[in-house]
Amino acid sequence: MDIFGIPIQALMGQLLIGLINGSFYAILSLGLAIIFGLLNIINFSHGALYMMGAFGAWIGLTYLGINYWVALVAVPVVVGIFGMIIERTMLKHLYRLDHLYGLLLTFGLALIIEGLFRYRFGISGESYPVPELLSGGFNLGFMFLPKYRAWVIAVSLVVCFGSWYIIERTKLGSYLRAGTENPQLLQAFGINVPLMITLTYGFGVALAAFAGVLAAPVFQVNPVMGSNLIIVVFAVVVIGGMGSIMGSIVTGLGLGLVEGLTRVFYPEASAVVIFVIMGIVLLLRPAGLFGRER
Amino acid sequence: MSDASTRNNPDVEMLRVSDLHAFYGESHILHGIDFSVNRGELVTLLGRNGAGRTTTLKAILGLTGRRTGSIMINGRQVIDLPTHRVAHLGVGYCPEERGIYASLSAEENLLLPPAVNSSGMSLDEIYEMFPNLQERRHSPGSRLSGGEQQMLAMARILRTGARLLLLDEITEGLAPVIVQTLGRVITSLKAKGLTIIMVEQNFRFAAPLADRHYVIEHGRIVETVTKDELDSKMQLLQKLLGV
Repeated sequence: MDIFGIPIQALMGQLLIGLINGSFYAILSLGLAIIFGLLNIINFSHGALYMMGAFGAWIGLTYLGINYWVALVAVPVVVGIFGMIIERTMLKHLYRLDHLYGLLLTFGLALIIEGLFRYRFGISGESYPVPELLSGGFNLGFMFLPKYRAWVIAVSLVVCFGSWYIIERTKLGSYLRAGTENPQLLQAFGINVPLMITLTYGFGVALAAFAGVLAAPVFQVNPVMGSNLIIVVFAVVVIGGMGSIMGSIVTGLGLGLVEGLTRVFYPEASAVVIFVIMGIVLLLRPAGLFGRER
Repeated sequence: MSDASTRNNPDVEMLRVSDLHAFYGESHILHGIDFSVNRGELVTLLGRNGAGRTTTLKAILGLTGRRTGSIMINGRQVIDLPTHRVAHLGVGYCPEERGIYASLSAEENLLLPPAVNSSGMSLDEIYEMFPNLQERRHSPGSRLSGGEQQMLAMARILRTGARLLLLDEITEGLAPVIVQTLGRVITSLKAKGLTIIMVEQNFRFAAPLADRHYVIEHGRIVETVTKDELDSKMQLLQKLLGV
Protein backbone atom coordinates (compact mmCIF):
# COMPACT_ATOMS: atom_id res chain seq x y z
CA MET A 1 0.00 0.00 0.00
CA ASP A 2 1.37 3.39 -0.96
CA ILE A 3 0.52 6.96 0.03
CA PHE A 4 1.68 9.57 -2.50
CA GLY A 5 4.04 6.91 -3.83
CA ILE A 6 5.60 6.29 -0.42
CA PRO A 7 5.25 2.79 1.04
CA ILE A 8 3.17 2.96 4.22
CA GLN A 9 5.85 1.12 6.20
CA ALA A 10 8.38 3.84 5.40
CA LEU A 11 5.89 6.59 6.19
CA MET A 12 4.87 5.04 9.50
CA GLY A 13 8.48 4.32 10.39
CA GLN A 14 9.44 7.96 9.92
CA LEU A 15 6.35 9.19 11.75
CA LEU A 16 7.34 6.95 14.65
CA ILE A 17 10.85 8.38 14.71
CA GLY A 18 9.32 11.85 14.49
CA LEU A 19 7.06 11.10 17.43
CA ILE A 20 10.02 9.78 19.46
CA ASN A 21 12.06 12.91 18.73
CA GLY A 22 8.98 15.01 19.40
CA SER A 23 8.61 13.36 22.81
CA PHE A 24 12.11 14.47 23.76
CA TYR A 25 11.53 17.95 22.35
CA ALA A 26 8.34 18.18 24.39
CA ILE A 27 9.86 17.13 27.74
CA LEU A 28 12.90 19.36 27.27
CA SER A 29 11.02 22.43 26.08
CA LEU A 30 8.47 21.94 28.88
CA GLY A 31 11.32 22.15 31.42
CA LEU A 32 12.74 25.22 29.69
CA ALA A 33 9.32 26.88 29.69
CA ILE A 34 8.74 26.24 33.40
CA ILE A 35 12.20 27.54 34.29
CA PHE A 36 11.93 30.60 32.06
CA GLY A 37 8.49 31.43 33.45
CA LEU A 38 9.51 31.59 37.07
CA LEU A 39 13.25 32.30 37.00
CA ASN A 40 13.38 34.48 33.90
CA ILE A 41 16.43 32.48 32.89
CA ILE A 42 17.01 30.88 29.51
CA ASN A 43 18.55 27.66 30.75
CA PHE A 44 21.22 26.92 28.19
CA SER A 45 22.63 24.12 30.34
CA HIS A 46 19.45 22.11 29.72
CA GLY A 47 21.14 19.97 27.07
CA ALA A 48 24.10 19.21 29.32
CA LEU A 49 21.73 18.22 32.14
CA TYR A 50 19.87 15.92 29.74
CA MET A 51 23.23 14.39 28.83
CA MET A 52 23.98 13.97 32.54
CA GLY A 53 20.71 12.07 32.85
CA ALA A 54 21.73 9.64 30.09
CA PHE A 55 25.24 9.26 31.50
CA GLY A 56 23.83 8.88 35.00
CA ALA A 57 21.85 5.87 33.80
CA TRP A 58 24.88 4.43 32.01
CA ILE A 59 27.26 4.99 34.96
CA GLY A 60 24.68 3.52 37.32
CA LEU A 61 24.37 0.37 35.23
CA THR A 62 28.07 -0.02 34.42
CA TYR A 63 29.67 0.77 37.76
CA LEU A 64 26.95 0.36 40.35
CA GLY A 65 24.67 -2.26 38.83
CA ILE A 66 21.65 0.02 39.06
CA ASN A 67 18.98 -1.14 36.61
CA TYR A 68 16.97 1.01 34.22
CA TRP A 69 13.85 1.27 36.38
CA VAL A 70 15.71 2.47 39.44
CA ALA A 71 17.73 4.88 37.29
CA LEU A 72 14.54 6.31 35.81
CA VAL A 73 13.63 7.60 39.29
CA ALA A 74 17.00 8.02 41.01
CA VAL A 75 18.93 9.82 38.25
CA PRO A 76 16.43 12.68 37.84
CA VAL A 77 16.45 13.14 41.63
CA VAL A 78 20.25 13.29 41.79
CA VAL A 79 20.59 15.60 38.78
CA GLY A 80 17.69 17.70 40.10
CA ILE A 81 19.57 18.19 43.38
CA PHE A 82 22.67 19.16 41.38
CA GLY A 83 20.48 21.74 39.60
CA MET A 84 19.19 23.11 42.91
CA ILE A 85 22.76 23.58 44.12
CA ILE A 86 23.55 25.52 40.93
CA GLU A 87 20.47 27.68 41.48
CA ARG A 88 21.32 28.40 45.13
CA THR A 89 24.96 29.20 44.50
CA MET A 90 24.92 30.93 41.11
CA LEU A 91 21.64 31.59 39.32
CA LYS A 92 19.97 33.38 42.23
CA HIS A 93 22.34 36.29 41.82
CA LEU A 94 21.11 36.93 38.28
CA TYR A 95 17.33 37.33 38.62
CA ARG A 96 17.39 41.11 38.63
CA LEU A 97 19.60 41.29 35.56
CA ASP A 98 18.85 40.97 31.87
CA HIS A 99 18.10 37.49 30.38
CA LEU A 100 21.47 37.63 28.67
CA TYR A 101 23.41 37.08 31.90
CA GLY A 102 21.49 33.93 32.77
CA LEU A 103 21.94 32.65 29.25
CA LEU A 104 25.69 33.28 29.37
CA LEU A 105 26.14 31.69 32.79
CA THR A 106 24.16 28.56 31.89
CA PHE A 107 25.94 28.36 28.53
CA GLY A 108 29.26 28.45 30.37
CA LEU A 109 28.06 25.76 32.74
CA ALA A 110 27.01 23.60 29.81
CA LEU A 111 30.49 23.90 28.28
CA ILE A 112 32.14 23.00 31.59
CA ILE A 113 29.88 20.00 32.23
CA GLU A 114 30.33 18.74 28.68
CA GLY A 115 34.06 19.29 28.86
CA LEU A 116 34.35 17.27 32.06
CA PHE A 117 32.37 14.37 30.61
CA ARG A 118 34.37 14.51 27.40
CA TYR A 119 37.60 14.44 29.39
CA ARG A 120 36.48 11.45 31.45
CA PHE A 121 34.54 9.40 28.89
CA GLY A 122 35.77 10.53 25.46
CA ILE A 123 33.40 11.24 22.60
CA SER A 124 33.12 7.79 21.10
CA GLY A 125 29.89 7.15 22.96
CA GLU A 126 28.55 4.29 25.03
CA SER A 127 25.57 2.10 24.38
CA TYR A 128 22.86 1.35 26.90
CA PRO A 129 20.83 -1.84 26.55
CA VAL A 130 17.06 -1.75 26.26
CA PRO A 131 15.60 -3.09 29.53
CA GLU A 132 14.52 -6.70 29.21
CA LEU A 133 10.86 -6.02 29.96
CA LEU A 134 10.69 -3.64 26.99
CA SER A 135 12.74 -5.54 24.44
CA GLY A 136 11.05 -6.92 21.36
CA GLY A 137 8.07 -5.29 19.78
CA PHE A 138 4.56 -5.52 18.40
CA ASN A 139 3.74 -6.41 14.83
CA LEU A 140 0.95 -4.03 13.90
CA GLY A 141 0.49 -5.55 10.46
CA PHE A 142 1.52 -2.43 8.57
CA MET A 143 4.65 -1.87 10.67
CA PHE A 144 6.81 -3.23 13.46
CA LEU A 145 6.62 -1.18 16.68
CA PRO A 146 9.50 -1.74 19.10
CA LYS A 147 8.16 -1.92 22.66
CA TYR A 148 10.74 0.50 24.01
CA ARG A 149 9.74 3.20 21.51
CA ALA A 150 6.08 2.80 22.39
CA TRP A 151 7.09 3.14 26.04
CA VAL A 152 9.04 6.36 25.39
CA ILE A 153 6.08 7.94 23.64
CA ALA A 154 3.58 6.83 26.27
CA VAL A 155 5.62 7.87 29.27
CA SER A 156 6.50 11.24 27.68
CA LEU A 157 2.84 11.97 27.10
CA VAL A 158 2.02 11.04 30.69
CA VAL A 159 4.82 13.20 32.09
CA CYS A 160 4.02 16.18 29.86
CA PHE A 161 0.29 16.20 30.39
CA GLY A 162 0.74 15.35 34.06
CA SER A 163 2.97 18.41 34.43
CA TRP A 164 0.48 20.51 32.51
CA TYR A 165 -2.34 19.34 34.78
CA ILE A 166 -0.39 20.11 37.94
CA ILE A 167 0.56 23.57 36.73
CA GLU A 168 -2.78 24.62 35.26
CA ARG A 169 -5.30 22.84 37.44
CA THR A 170 -3.99 22.45 40.99
CA LYS A 171 -3.33 24.68 43.98
CA LEU A 172 0.40 23.99 43.75
CA GLY A 173 0.29 25.08 40.12
CA SER A 174 -1.56 28.27 41.04
CA TYR A 175 1.47 29.24 43.14
CA LEU A 176 3.71 28.62 40.16
CA ARG A 177 1.51 30.66 37.82
CA ALA A 178 1.23 33.48 40.36
CA GLY A 179 4.99 33.41 40.91
CA THR A 180 5.53 33.67 37.18
CA GLU A 181 3.28 36.72 37.01
CA ASN A 182 4.18 38.66 40.17
CA PRO A 183 6.57 36.94 42.59
CA GLN A 184 6.89 39.92 44.94
CA LEU A 185 3.20 40.00 45.74
CA LEU A 186 3.10 36.24 46.13
CA GLN A 187 5.81 36.50 48.75
CA ALA A 188 3.90 39.31 50.48
CA PHE A 189 1.05 36.80 50.81
CA GLY A 190 3.32 34.50 52.77
CA ILE A 191 4.72 32.10 50.17
CA ASN A 192 8.41 31.29 50.45
CA VAL A 193 9.17 32.32 46.87
CA PRO A 194 12.96 31.77 46.97
CA LEU A 195 12.38 28.16 48.05
CA MET A 196 9.74 27.74 45.36
CA ILE A 197 12.19 29.01 42.73
CA THR A 198 14.84 26.52 43.84
CA LEU A 199 12.37 23.61 43.74
CA THR A 200 11.04 24.70 40.36
CA TYR A 201 14.51 24.82 38.87
CA GLY A 202 15.18 21.41 40.40
CA PHE A 203 11.98 20.08 38.78
CA GLY A 204 12.85 21.51 35.36
CA VAL A 205 16.33 20.00 35.59
CA ALA A 206 14.92 16.68 36.76
CA LEU A 207 12.68 16.64 33.67
CA ALA A 208 15.77 17.08 31.48
CA ALA A 209 17.56 14.25 33.28
CA PHE A 210 14.44 12.07 32.99
CA ALA A 211 14.48 12.64 29.24
CA GLY A 212 18.16 11.72 29.29
CA VAL A 213 17.49 8.37 30.99
CA LEU A 214 14.66 7.69 28.53
CA ALA A 215 17.01 8.51 25.66
CA ALA A 216 19.89 6.31 26.81
CA PRO A 217 18.61 3.10 25.13
CA VAL A 218 17.48 4.97 21.99
CA PHE A 219 20.43 7.20 21.15
CA GLN A 220 24.10 6.73 21.80
CA VAL A 221 25.16 8.01 25.24
CA ASN A 222 27.88 10.57 24.59
CA PRO A 223 28.96 13.94 26.02
CA VAL A 224 27.69 15.99 23.07
CA MET A 225 24.26 14.36 22.76
CA GLY A 226 22.76 17.30 24.64
CA SER A 227 24.29 20.10 22.62
CA ASN A 228 23.14 18.45 19.39
CA LEU A 229 19.58 18.31 20.64
CA ILE A 230 19.33 21.57 22.54
CA ILE A 231 19.64 23.81 19.48
CA VAL A 232 16.56 22.17 17.98
CA VAL A 233 14.78 22.36 21.34
CA PHE A 234 15.44 26.09 21.53
CA ALA A 235 13.92 26.46 18.08
CA VAL A 236 10.89 24.52 19.38
CA VAL A 237 10.62 26.87 22.35
CA VAL A 238 10.81 29.94 20.13
CA ILE A 239 8.12 28.53 17.82
CA GLY A 240 5.84 27.53 20.71
CA GLY A 241 6.34 30.75 22.61
CA MET A 242 8.62 31.27 25.60
CA GLY A 243 6.95 30.35 28.87
CA SER A 244 3.79 28.67 27.55
CA ILE A 245 3.34 25.20 29.08
CA MET A 246 0.83 23.69 26.67
CA GLY A 247 2.56 25.50 23.81
CA SER A 248 5.86 23.79 24.51
CA ILE A 249 4.28 20.33 24.70
CA VAL A 250 2.16 20.60 21.57
CA THR A 251 4.90 22.31 19.57
CA GLY A 252 7.46 19.72 20.66
CA LEU A 253 5.37 16.78 19.52
CA GLY A 254 4.13 18.57 16.40
CA LEU A 255 7.57 19.57 15.19
CA GLY A 256 8.88 16.05 15.76
CA LEU A 257 6.17 14.83 13.39
CA VAL A 258 6.87 17.59 10.86
CA GLU A 259 10.52 16.61 10.90
CA GLY A 260 9.59 12.95 10.37
CA LEU A 261 7.28 13.77 7.45
CA THR A 262 9.95 15.94 5.86
CA ARG A 263 12.35 13.03 6.07
CA VAL A 264 9.90 10.99 3.98
CA PHE A 265 8.94 13.53 1.36
CA TYR A 266 12.06 15.68 1.07
CA PRO A 267 14.88 14.19 3.15
CA GLU A 268 17.35 16.92 2.17
CA ALA A 269 15.34 19.49 4.17
CA SER A 270 14.76 17.40 7.28
CA ALA A 271 17.66 18.91 9.22
CA VAL A 272 16.57 22.49 8.58
CA VAL A 273 12.79 22.34 8.42
CA ILE A 274 12.38 23.31 12.09
CA PHE A 275 14.60 26.35 11.64
CA VAL A 276 12.70 27.41 8.53
CA ILE A 277 9.47 27.21 10.54
CA MET A 278 11.14 29.17 13.32
CA GLY A 279 12.06 31.93 10.88
CA ILE A 280 8.53 32.13 9.51
CA VAL A 281 6.96 32.15 12.99
CA LEU A 282 9.34 34.84 14.21
CA LEU A 283 8.39 37.03 11.25
CA LEU A 284 4.64 36.54 11.60
CA ARG A 285 4.16 36.01 15.35
CA PRO A 286 7.25 37.14 17.24
CA ALA A 287 5.85 35.93 20.59
CA GLY A 288 5.46 32.38 19.23
CA LEU A 289 2.38 30.34 18.37
CA PHE A 290 1.16 30.06 21.97
CA GLY A 291 3.08 32.93 23.55
CA ARG A 292 1.85 36.25 24.85
CA GLU A 293 3.69 39.49 24.24
CA ARG A 294 5.32 40.71 27.39
CA MET B 1 -2.41 34.13 67.45
CA SER B 2 -4.02 36.25 70.16
CA ASP B 3 -7.02 35.30 72.22
CA ALA B 4 -10.29 37.14 72.01
CA SER B 5 -9.85 39.13 75.21
CA THR B 6 -6.72 40.96 74.06
CA ARG B 7 -7.58 41.09 70.38
CA ASN B 8 -9.79 44.13 70.56
CA ASN B 9 -8.00 45.89 73.38
CA PRO B 10 -7.43 49.36 71.94
CA ASP B 11 -4.38 50.08 74.05
CA VAL B 12 -2.24 47.28 72.73
CA GLU B 13 0.22 48.41 70.10
CA MET B 14 -0.16 46.47 66.82
CA LEU B 15 2.50 48.24 64.80
CA ARG B 16 5.28 50.64 65.69
CA VAL B 17 7.52 52.02 62.97
CA SER B 18 10.55 53.96 64.21
CA ASP B 19 13.14 55.88 62.23
CA LEU B 20 12.41 53.82 59.12
CA HIS B 21 14.63 54.54 56.15
CA ALA B 22 14.14 52.73 52.85
CA PHE B 23 15.93 52.73 49.52
CA TYR B 24 15.28 51.62 45.96
CA GLY B 25 18.76 50.92 44.69
CA GLU B 26 20.63 54.19 45.20
CA SER B 27 17.60 56.38 45.77
CA HIS B 28 16.74 57.13 49.38
CA ILE B 29 12.92 57.24 49.59
CA LEU B 30 11.99 57.12 53.28
CA HIS B 31 13.91 59.43 55.62
CA GLY B 32 12.99 58.28 59.10
CA ILE B 33 9.28 57.44 59.30
CA ASP B 34 7.82 57.24 62.83
CA PHE B 35 4.28 56.22 63.68
CA SER B 36 2.35 53.64 65.63
CA VAL B 37 -1.06 52.01 65.37
CA ASN B 38 -2.96 50.34 68.17
CA ARG B 39 -5.06 47.26 67.77
CA GLY B 40 -8.41 47.98 66.18
CA GLU B 41 -7.41 51.43 64.95
CA LEU B 42 -7.65 52.71 61.42
CA VAL B 43 -5.08 55.24 60.28
CA THR B 44 -4.40 56.76 56.90
CA LEU B 45 -1.20 57.81 55.24
CA LEU B 46 -1.86 60.97 53.26
CA GLY B 47 0.40 62.99 51.03
CA ARG B 48 1.15 63.95 47.49
CA ASN B 49 2.20 61.45 44.85
CA GLY B 50 5.79 60.35 45.40
CA ALA B 51 5.81 61.42 49.06
CA GLY B 52 6.56 57.86 50.19
CA ARG B 53 3.16 56.51 51.29
CA THR B 54 3.18 53.37 49.13
CA THR B 55 6.86 52.87 49.92
CA THR B 56 6.02 52.94 53.64
CA LEU B 57 3.56 50.05 53.20
CA LYS B 58 6.04 48.15 51.05
CA ALA B 59 8.87 48.76 53.49
CA ILE B 60 6.79 47.26 56.33
CA LEU B 61 6.58 44.07 54.26
CA GLY B 62 10.18 44.17 53.10
CA LEU B 63 9.31 44.79 49.44
CA THR B 64 11.71 47.70 48.99
CA GLY B 65 15.48 47.59 48.74
CA ARG B 66 17.67 48.19 51.78
CA ARG B 67 15.93 49.33 55.00
CA THR B 68 17.15 50.61 58.35
CA GLY B 69 15.27 51.47 61.52
CA SER B 70 12.73 49.43 63.41
CA ILE B 71 9.37 47.83 62.60
CA MET B 72 7.58 46.13 65.49
CA ILE B 73 4.50 44.04 64.79
CA ASN B 74 2.73 42.82 67.92
CA GLY B 75 5.87 43.63 69.88
CA ARG B 76 8.10 41.66 67.56
CA GLN B 77 10.97 43.16 65.55
CA VAL B 78 10.43 42.26 61.88
CA ILE B 79 12.88 44.40 59.93
CA ASP B 80 15.23 41.45 59.44
CA LEU B 81 12.52 38.94 58.54
CA PRO B 82 12.02 37.84 54.92
CA THR B 83 8.77 39.09 53.38
CA HIS B 84 6.89 35.79 53.54
CA ARG B 85 7.54 35.48 57.28
CA VAL B 86 6.06 38.94 57.90
CA ALA B 87 2.85 37.86 56.16
CA HIS B 88 2.53 34.93 58.54
CA LEU B 89 2.51 37.33 61.51
CA GLY B 90 -0.96 38.30 60.32
CA VAL B 91 -0.30 41.08 57.83
CA GLY B 92 -2.62 41.31 54.81
CA TYR B 93 -1.57 43.43 51.85
CA CYS B 94 -3.75 44.92 49.15
CA PRO B 95 -1.40 46.54 46.64
CA GLU B 96 -1.93 49.52 44.41
CA GLU B 97 -3.29 48.27 41.05
CA ARG B 98 -4.91 45.48 43.13
CA GLY B 99 -2.51 42.73 42.11
CA ILE B 100 -5.09 40.34 40.69
CA TYR B 101 -3.34 37.50 38.87
CA ALA B 102 -4.52 37.35 35.25
CA SER B 103 -3.53 33.71 34.78
CA LEU B 104 -5.57 32.58 37.79
CA SER B 105 -9.35 32.34 38.02
CA ALA B 106 -11.15 34.59 40.49
CA GLU B 107 -11.49 31.74 42.95
CA GLU B 108 -7.84 30.69 42.53
CA ASN B 109 -6.89 34.29 43.31
CA LEU B 110 -9.11 34.18 46.36
CA LEU B 111 -7.59 30.94 47.64
CA LEU B 112 -4.00 31.87 46.80
CA PRO B 113 -2.73 33.43 50.05
CA PRO B 114 -2.27 30.79 52.74
CA ALA B 115 -4.30 31.29 55.93
CA VAL B 116 -2.19 32.87 58.66
CA ASN B 117 -4.54 31.87 61.47
CA SER B 118 -7.93 30.27 61.95
CA SER B 119 -9.88 33.53 62.42
CA GLY B 120 -10.22 34.23 58.69
CA MET B 121 -13.57 34.42 56.92
CA SER B 122 -14.85 31.24 55.29
CA LEU B 123 -15.52 31.08 51.58
CA ASP B 124 -19.27 31.24 52.31
CA GLU B 125 -18.89 34.39 54.41
CA ILE B 126 -16.74 35.97 51.71
CA TYR B 127 -19.33 35.22 49.02
CA GLU B 128 -22.03 36.61 51.28
CA MET B 129 -20.07 39.84 51.65
CA PHE B 130 -19.16 40.00 47.93
CA PRO B 131 -21.93 38.20 46.00
CA ASN B 132 -20.45 39.25 42.63
CA LEU B 133 -17.34 37.21 43.28
CA GLN B 134 -19.36 34.03 43.58
CA GLU B 135 -20.95 34.56 40.17
CA ARG B 136 -17.57 35.33 38.65
CA ARG B 137 -15.53 32.72 40.49
CA HIS B 138 -14.51 30.76 37.37
CA SER B 139 -13.63 33.85 35.32
CA PRO B 140 -9.94 34.56 34.75
CA GLY B 141 -8.66 37.42 36.90
CA SER B 142 -8.05 39.52 33.80
CA ARG B 143 -11.75 39.45 32.84
CA LEU B 144 -13.02 41.03 36.06
CA SER B 145 -14.11 44.66 36.14
CA GLY B 146 -12.12 47.17 38.20
CA GLY B 147 -14.67 47.01 41.00
CA GLU B 148 -14.73 43.22 41.02
CA GLN B 149 -10.94 43.15 41.07
CA GLN B 150 -10.89 45.46 44.07
CA MET B 151 -13.48 43.36 45.93
CA LEU B 152 -11.42 40.28 45.13
CA ALA B 153 -8.21 41.92 46.38
CA MET B 154 -9.97 42.74 49.67
CA ALA B 155 -11.64 39.35 49.97
CA ARG B 156 -8.34 37.62 49.31
CA ILE B 157 -6.75 39.00 52.48
CA LEU B 158 -9.87 38.69 54.62
CA ARG B 159 -9.92 34.94 54.05
CA THR B 160 -6.43 34.52 55.52
CA GLY B 161 -7.31 35.83 58.96
CA ALA B 162 -4.80 38.68 58.77
CA ARG B 163 -5.36 41.16 61.64
CA LEU B 164 -3.29 44.03 60.27
CA LEU B 165 -4.37 45.21 56.82
CA LEU B 166 -2.23 47.41 54.59
CA LEU B 167 -4.53 48.87 51.93
CA ASP B 168 -3.03 50.90 49.11
CA GLU B 169 -5.40 53.22 47.20
CA ILE B 170 -8.35 50.85 47.29
CA THR B 171 -10.82 53.39 45.92
CA GLU B 172 -8.71 54.55 43.00
CA GLY B 173 -10.57 54.62 39.72
CA LEU B 174 -13.77 53.06 41.06
CA ALA B 175 -17.37 54.18 40.56
CA PRO B 176 -18.98 56.02 43.52
CA VAL B 177 -21.36 53.15 44.24
CA ILE B 178 -18.44 50.74 44.60
CA VAL B 179 -16.57 53.19 46.79
CA GLN B 180 -19.65 53.26 49.05
CA THR B 181 -19.65 49.48 49.24
CA LEU B 182 -15.97 49.53 50.16
CA GLY B 183 -16.74 52.07 52.87
CA ARG B 184 -19.30 49.66 54.38
CA VAL B 185 -16.80 46.79 54.17
CA ILE B 186 -14.10 48.82 55.94
CA THR B 187 -16.54 49.90 58.64
CA SER B 188 -17.52 46.30 59.33
CA LEU B 189 -13.87 45.21 59.44
CA LYS B 190 -13.11 47.93 61.93
CA ALA B 191 -16.05 46.78 64.02
CA LYS B 192 -14.51 43.32 64.03
CA GLY B 193 -11.38 44.77 65.58
CA LEU B 194 -9.04 44.60 62.60
CA THR B 195 -6.20 47.11 62.47
CA ILE B 196 -6.05 48.98 59.19
CA ILE B 197 -3.53 51.27 57.52
CA MET B 198 -4.81 52.92 54.36
CA VAL B 199 -2.95 54.91 51.77
CA GLU B 200 -5.73 57.01 50.33
CA GLN B 201 -6.08 59.77 47.79
CA ASN B 202 -9.82 60.08 48.35
CA PHE B 203 -9.93 62.12 51.53
CA ARG B 204 -13.74 62.22 51.64
CA PHE B 205 -13.70 58.44 51.72
CA ALA B 206 -11.03 58.20 54.40
CA ALA B 207 -11.99 61.04 56.75
CA PRO B 208 -15.08 59.50 58.39
CA LEU B 209 -13.42 56.08 58.76
CA ALA B 210 -10.05 56.99 60.24
CA ASP B 211 -8.98 57.47 63.84
CA ARG B 212 -5.88 59.34 62.79
CA HIS B 213 -4.22 60.71 59.67
CA TYR B 214 -0.50 60.92 59.06
CA VAL B 215 0.72 63.31 56.40
CA ILE B 216 3.90 62.21 54.66
CA GLU B 217 6.14 64.56 52.75
CA HIS B 218 9.58 63.77 51.32
CA GLY B 219 9.73 60.46 53.16
CA ARG B 220 8.92 61.88 56.62
CA ILE B 221 5.76 62.27 58.67
CA VAL B 222 5.20 66.01 58.84
CA GLU B 223 1.81 66.16 60.52
CA THR B 224 -0.48 64.00 62.62
CA VAL B 225 -4.18 64.81 62.65
CA THR B 226 -6.54 62.96 64.96
CA LYS B 227 -10.21 62.53 64.23
CA ASP B 228 -11.09 65.24 66.79
CA GLU B 229 -8.69 67.76 65.26
CA LEU B 230 -10.00 67.23 61.76
CA ASP B 231 -12.16 70.39 61.65
CA SER B 232 -9.58 72.69 63.21
CA LYS B 233 -6.72 71.43 61.02
CA MET B 234 -8.62 71.18 57.76
CA GLN B 235 -6.95 74.23 56.24
CA LEU B 236 -3.50 72.92 57.11
CA LEU B 237 -4.35 69.54 55.60
CA GLN B 238 -5.59 71.09 52.41
CA LYS B 239 -2.40 73.08 52.11
CA LEU B 240 -0.21 70.02 52.73
CA LEU B 241 -2.10 67.84 50.31
CA GLY B 242 -2.43 70.55 47.70
CA VAL B 243 -6.16 69.99 47.24
